Formats: sequence, C-alpha cells, structure tokens
Amino acid sequence: MKRQLSFVMFVLGGAILAAMYICFEYVRHGPVAMLDPAGPIAEGELQVMLLVAAFSSIVIVPVFVLLFYFAWKYRATGPYAHITHEPNWDHDSPMVEFSWWLVPSIIIVILAAVAWRTSHTLDPYAPLPGERTLTVQVVALDWKWLFIYPEEGVASINDLEIPIGVPVHFVLTADAPMNSFWIPQLGGQIMVMPGMTTQLYLEADRGGIYKGYSANISGKGFAGMAFDTRAVSEADFDAWIAAGRSAVPLDAISYAALAKPSEYNVPMQYSLSDSSLYNAVANSHMGTMQPVVPIGPNQASTTTYDMMPDGIKM
Amino acid sequence: MSLSSFIFGKLALSVFPDSPIALGGGIFMVAMVLFVLGLITYKGAWPWLWKEYLTSLDPKKIGVMYIAVALIMLIRGGSDALLMRVQQATSVGNSQGILSSEHFQQIFSAHGSIMIFFVAMGVMFGLINLVVPLQIGARDVAFPFLNSFSFWLFAFGAVLVNLSLILGDFSTAGWLSYPPLSELQYSPTVGVDYWLWSLQISGLGSLLSGVNFIATILMKRCKGMTPMKMPMFTWTVLGAMSLVVAAFPILTVTLALLALDRTVGMHFFTAGAGGNMMMYVNLIWAWGHPEVYILVLPAFGVFSEIVPVLSGKKLAGYTSMVFSIWAIVFFSFVVWLHHFFTMGAGADVNAAFGIATMVIAIPTGVKIFNWLFTMYKGRIRFLSPMLWFMGFVVLFTLGGMTGVMLAEPAADFQLHNSLFLVAHFHTMIVSGVLFGYFAGIVYWFPKLFGFSLSEGLGKAAFWFWTIGFILAFGPLYFLGFMGATRRLDHYDASLGWQPLFEVAAIGAVLIAIGFVIQVVQILLSFRNREKLAVGSDPWNARTLEWSISSPPPAYNFKQLPVVAERDAFWTHKQISAALQYEPLANIVMPKNSASGILIAGCAFLFAFGFVWHLWWLVALGLLGGVVFVLKRTFDTDTEETLLASTL
Repeated sequence: MKRQLSFVMFVLGGAILAAMYICFEYVRHGPVAMLDPAGPIAEGELQVMLLVAAFSSIVIVPVFVLLFYFAWKYRATGPYAHITHEPNWDHDSPMVEFSWWLVPSIIIVILAAVAWRTSHTLDPYAPLPGERTLTVQVVALDWKWLFIYPEEGVASINDLEIPIGVPVHFVLTADAPMNSFWIPQLGGQIMVMPGMTTQLYLEADRGGIYKGYSANISGKGFAGMAFDTRAVSEADFDAWIAAGRSAVPLDAISYAALAKPSEYNVPMQYSLSDSSLYNAVANSHMGTMQPVVPIGPNQASTTTYDMMPDGIKM
Repeated sequence: MSLSSFIFGKLALSVFPDSPIALGGGIFMVAMVLFVLGLITYKGAWPWLWKEYLTSLDPKKIGVMYIAVALIMLIRGGSDALLMRVQQATSVGNSQGILSSEHFQQIFSAHGSIMIFFVAMGVMFGLINLVVPLQIGARDVAFPFLNSFSFWLFAFGAVLVNLSLILGDFSTAGWLSYPPLSELQYSPTVGVDYWLWSLQISGLGSLLSGVNFIATILMKRCKGMTPMKMPMFTWTVLGAMSLVVAAFPILTVTLALLALDRTVGMHFFTAGAGGNMMMYVNLIWAWGHPEVYILVLPAFGVFSEIVPVLSGKKLAGYTSMVFSIWAIVFFSFVVWLHHFFTMGAGADVNAAFGIATMVIAIPTGVKIFNWLFTMYKGRIRFLSPMLWFMGFVVLFTLGGMTGVMLAEPAADFQLHNSLFLVAHFHTMIVSGVLFGYFAGIVYWFPKLFGFSLSEGLGKAAFWFWTIGFILAFGPLYFLGFMGATRRLDHYDASLGWQPLFEVAAIGAVLIAIGFVIQVVQILLSFRNREKLAVGSDPWNARTLEWSISSPPPAYNFKQLPVVAERDAFWTHKQISAALQYEPLANIVMPKNSASGILIAGCAFLFAFGFVWHLWWLVALGLLGGVVFVLKRTFDTDTEETLLASTL
C-alpha cells in the first residue's frame, strides 16, 4: 500500500512539474498580453499587480514557512512533539496576538494608499496628456464592434485602427446586451451598456496588432467579438482614413441592417454619412420602449410608444 | 387565450432537447432517477425512508439529506465542468468542439448556479444541521418543522433546476443573469425562468434556515455556555446565518423584480423604457458578495475545530477569532461594488470599495495565524482532515493574494472577467469552502454513523483533488494574463491558448477521479462498517458532540449538559472527571411531519407554473400551499414526550 501510494505521488508530482514547465514556456515565449504592455495604461496596471504581489509576499512567505515548519517539527510521529507539547499554550503575551493583526494591517494600509492613488492616476475617464486626442465612438452590437471616427468621417466593424503615440478617447455604448470593451495590451476594460455612455482613455506607444475582446457575456455569438487593434504610424493611419472615406456609406438604413444579430463578422470599413449616428444609437434606448419580439411560441405586441418626457436626454 | 395555451402554457413538443449531448444528459438523469426509485421499491424501503428520513424533523437526518442532495448535484455541476473543459480544450480554430455555443452557455450558467446554490449551500446547511445542535448541547433546533420545510424548498429547487435538462432549456445568461441579456428581449425562452424560480424557492429555504439557526444558537445553548464559551464552528455559523438573514431578502426581491420584468412586461432592468440594468448589478452583488462569506465562514469554523483537535492543543487566540468573524461579517456588506469596478463608477467610489475589500484580508490573515499558532507546540496527527487543512492554507493564501490584486481597482480593470478572475474565485471556493466541508464531513462522519471513513482512500482523494485543482486552475491564471475572457465557447488558434486549456482539462479529470474516490470511500466504508466502527470520541476531541454515543440517540443528550468553560468535554477528560448534567427529566420531541414536503411541493408547482406560464398550476400551487400551511398551523398533535423513567 505504501509503495503504491508513493508511486501515485510520483506520477502526480511529475504531472505537476510538466504542467508548470508548459506554463513557464508560455510566459517566456508565448503571447502573454498583460506581461507585454504596449501602452502607458497597461504598463501602470501591470505595476500595480506586481506591487501587490511583492507586498503580499511579506505575509505569504512567512505563512508558508511557518505552516510547513510547524507541520514537520510538531508532527506526532516526530521526536520533538512529546517534549514540546503544551496543550494549553495560547499565546505568550497579548503582543503576540496583537502582531497577528498589526502585520497584515500595515501591508493593507500601504496597498490601500496604492489603491487610492492608482484609482485616480489610472482612472479610465481621466484624459491622457498629448498634443491631440483621437475620439473613437464604440457601439457594441450583436455580436460585433462598430467603431465610429466622427471627426474623420469613417467607421469600421471589428477593426480598430489607431495612430501610435496619440491618446485615444473611447466613448462607448451598446445596441445589444451588456458587453465589456477590453484590449489587454493597451489597458483595462470598461463596460458597454445600452442607453448608457461610458468612456475609456488608452494609448499605444509602439506599433503592433493588439487583440481586443468583449469580456462580458452578451449572447450566442459573444465569443466571436474578438477584434484586432492596429497601432500604426500617422501616415498609415491617414491612408486608412482615406480608404474609409471612399468605402460604402454607413447611414441610418445601412446601420439598421448592420445592427441585426450576426456572428464572427469579418472586418469592414465604411464612410460615415451621418455623424450623429452614435448619439442616435445611444439615445434609442433611453426614452422609448423597445419593441419586444420573443422568438417563442407566444407573440407579444410590437407597439412602440414614448415613456419618458422629451427633456430627459443623456 | 385559447384553451390549449391555457392548459399547456408554453409547453409544446419542441421543448425536448434536440442536441445529442443535451438529450444524453437528460436520458441519463431520468434513467438514474428511475433506477434509484426502482431500487427503493424493490427493496421495499419506502416505509423506512418515509419514516426515518423524508418526514423526519431530526436535524441529524435532515443534515444527511442536505448532503446527499448536494453530492448528487455535485455530480451534475461537475459533469457540466468537465464538458466545459472539453469544449474549451477542443473548440479552437476550425474545430467547433463538442457543444454549440448556446448549449455551452447553458452549461456554464447551470454549473455556477448549481455549485453555489445546490452544492455549497447544501453541504453547508447539512453540516450546520448535523453539528450545531450537538455542539451547543441541545436536543434540536429552535424550529424543527421550519427546518424540514427549508430542506424541502432546497430539494425542490434542485429538482426544478434539473428539470430544465429534459423540458425546455436553461438560462444562457451566466450564473447571475445580468440584464438586459436575461430580459425577455434577449432571452425569450424559459431558461432564465428556470434559473429565477429554482433560486427563488431554494433561496427562501436558505432564509428560513438562517432565521432558524440564529434562534437555535441564541436560545438553545446548554446551561453555562455563554457566548465566549461557544465552540468556534458555532460562532462562524452565527456569523454566516446573520449574513443569510440580511442578504437573502435582497436576492428574493431582485429575483422577483426580474420575474416581473419577464412575466408581466415591467421595466425594472430592461434596456429601454427607463429600466436600469446597473440597479440589478448592484442588487445582485449586494446579496452575492455576502453569499461567498456565508459559504466560507462555516468552512473556517470547521478548520477551527479540526486544527486544535488534531494538534492536541487549544485554539490559539479565541478572542481574535471571534472578532475576526464579526469583522468579516461587517465588511462583507460594504464591498459589493468591487464586482463591477469596470462599470465606470468613478475613481473615488472605486477606491473606497477597493480599500474596504482589502481590509477583509486583515481578519482573514489573523485567522490563518490563529491556526498556525494552534499547531505550534502541538502534537499534530496528519489524518485526512488535517491534509485538507494544509491544502486549504496553501491554496487559499495564494488565492487571497490574487484577491488583493483584484481588489486594486486599477489592476481589476485588466483582470475583471478574465480567466484570472475565474481561477481566483475557484481557488477561494474550492480550496476554502469545499476543502473545509470535505474535512468537516470526514471529521463528523463517525459521530453520525458510528463508523469512520477509510483513511487511505480519504488521503488519495485529497491528493487527486489538490493536484487536479492546481492543474485545472493554475493554467487559468496564465490564460487570464494572456487575455482569455471567461465563458468563451470558441477561440482563435493563433492565440496559443490551447495547450493551457488542455492541461486544465487534465486537471479537471483528476478532480473527477478524486470525487469518484470519495464516493467509493463512502460505499466501501459502509461495507466495512463493522471493522471501521468507532466509539464516541474517535479523534480525542474537545467539544460536547463527542461526549455522547456514535451515532447519537434521536434526542442527542439524555440529560442536557451544564458547562463552566470552553471545550468542557476536553477539560473534563484531562482531569478524568465526568461532565456535569441537568437532572434527568421527560424529553419532549417533535413528531414526524409530511407537511414540509407538501408545502414545499406546492411551492414547486407554483414555480413550475410560472416557468411555463401554466396559470392554473400557479393558482393550484398557491391554494395548496395555503391549505397545507393552515392544516399544519391547526395541528396541535405535533410533539411526543419520552418519559424519563423509560430512558
């Protein structure tokens, strides 16, 4: 029995080591997005994680050492336990008990200061410094991303093009269930909700293709909402804009077709013929009751009527 | 409304599952149920089962039933987990894996809901029922009938959630069903309704249990057991039940509002007409965050019993432990917003909630030190409950570190909804909650059944669970860093995630083997029960439950104990003196009652009627419920007296 047990332990231990090796290889060679930040926000957020790991170690390492040391030293089968055994030992002085509270408290005070500071410095709503800022309006649709460049007069599906070194101001809403807009190599995410506008500032400080995702389940085709973010030079960006201006136009009618559910959409470019499109989409969930058309056997009404006074706008 | 739609509501022939895996799952479940029912009939065990268990008001019996239902649901939730792991390991690039995206989404929604509501909550209430009355020197809970009713609400909730396997579908909106995805506009089928109503009735059961156990702990303690002399498990249960009573009404109301949206066209959380989905997210987490502490506090309590006993030493820092429980209870109510820092509340709000969250790490860290210094200068016996404890400390501490990372709002913007988050909360709930409950089951099993569980298989199960856990969730931390979000039914091959998902699938298989070993352990130990028979105190333990026979008589204590100190049983063993008891007197015990089953059964019909829009069934369930409640209310013959002279 003992021999069988040690064999099982040996095999399982080997499996763990093999798995750890695979993970290690990935961290070293593989595309580990968060450990390879391409912008100031992602960089700052990685620093926060590393800081937490470092300060937590001040508690965790002693816990591990004490756990295994005590477990070994005071094992009932060992040579010490019957000598050192003190069944009624509690703690030698109140100071010992106090220190259990004190040490974690000090670390948490430090990490709390970090939390307060970085919540503000890395606030997604805080503008990033720069000569100019590019505004991109983002609409989460079922199940794709629509990017609108209102000042440049173009739009695209599942293709986010940004110039290197220019802060990007994302303004986001959804014409779909809740989503979350996330480009790990550029920085953290923000939720995207219908009838609501959220904001996010990001910047790429080197060129490359950075994967973006929806991080919040939004229905059947949600897994297909991955998109490429291309950080390119100003010249390439201008060329992309110019190409977009001669692409098929996006207006209220073509938007209505686009907004219908579809999965795994290939990237597309549009010229923007209606610059108020984003506001129209965001407002469409604010004041009126949406028609409810269940797919099930029992149909509901399709009436649309005003619920809110006109004054309430975003 | 036509007659047929009045009779059948939304039911139609198309409600049966069409995909082979869903159909297979449904058929397997029906076959298992028929097999078990057939076996009971064949053995002629119905009268025994009815009298000894189903209608019993004995908390020991109810506790066993809670754990039995929870283990069955663990098979369901675990199968869901294995399917998810296989899907994510295979559905890459051109391959679509084994599941359609809708089926995959049903499976993760079911997995989360089942594991929290029907596995973790079930084992927790099971252990509480088994242990708390014994530990405080009581014969019963404060409200024995209410206890049976609570259990049956829980059990019928479990039935309802499983019915979705064969009738209709389950929710695809995740285990917390955020609107507007969970609203009629985007989820028109009965899936979300199954989720809503199974949680609603089992949640009501939890709330009533919470009331019951607070009353039990406050009112039923034996003479001399002042609060600061209570066993630590009882303290943690008091903390957890206080959270239940404060948090579950929020869940009840939130689910009711969503049901109103879905059933009668209201607009609390819809995307239009003034509905506000952010309100739902706030409400559900105002319940949801305390919920995780409801689960973990009793697990802390289990470890606080096991570590002193198996170290042969008293618990170090009892007072700190009590204060840390109440610090956790308080702070768990002021941190819910950390589940959605990414909703854009603003830096000041996020920072405040982030700091409150980190503060919880302090009392939790104190508890770890308490346990460590309980081991100091002890004589530690490495029996399987102690192994679960060691595994718990290692994994839980690491999980705690990732938790502090997630509590930093700036870092959370990256980590939120990634697989890093998934790995984090599984670390906390598996190594914290589940390991604690497993240790508790092994520890108290001999008391309840009179024989212990096979130690060798118990240790094997521990190693498979722990190593399987590391393999299953270690890669998920890395995948989170690589940008993998949760709930993906498919991903691109170029992302390079597949090998890590494959490792995770292997880990899930090891965990499944660990669970099978546990089932075998229980069955084999039952077969060898004569060899494994134990006396009243197999662990050389400290608390009152070990002073009576194993298994205990229905009335627990022939004479109620009177204590003067903490760990009174231990103290008296040390000085070889007998415990003090109240004088022998007549014992009043509750009689069996089927009303709990009947009332909860009516609640089930009511809920099922709402799911399928069978309004006649809703009315019938409501009417039946009222009738059976009234019948029970006017029933005066509910107790029997055991005469002292016959004991």
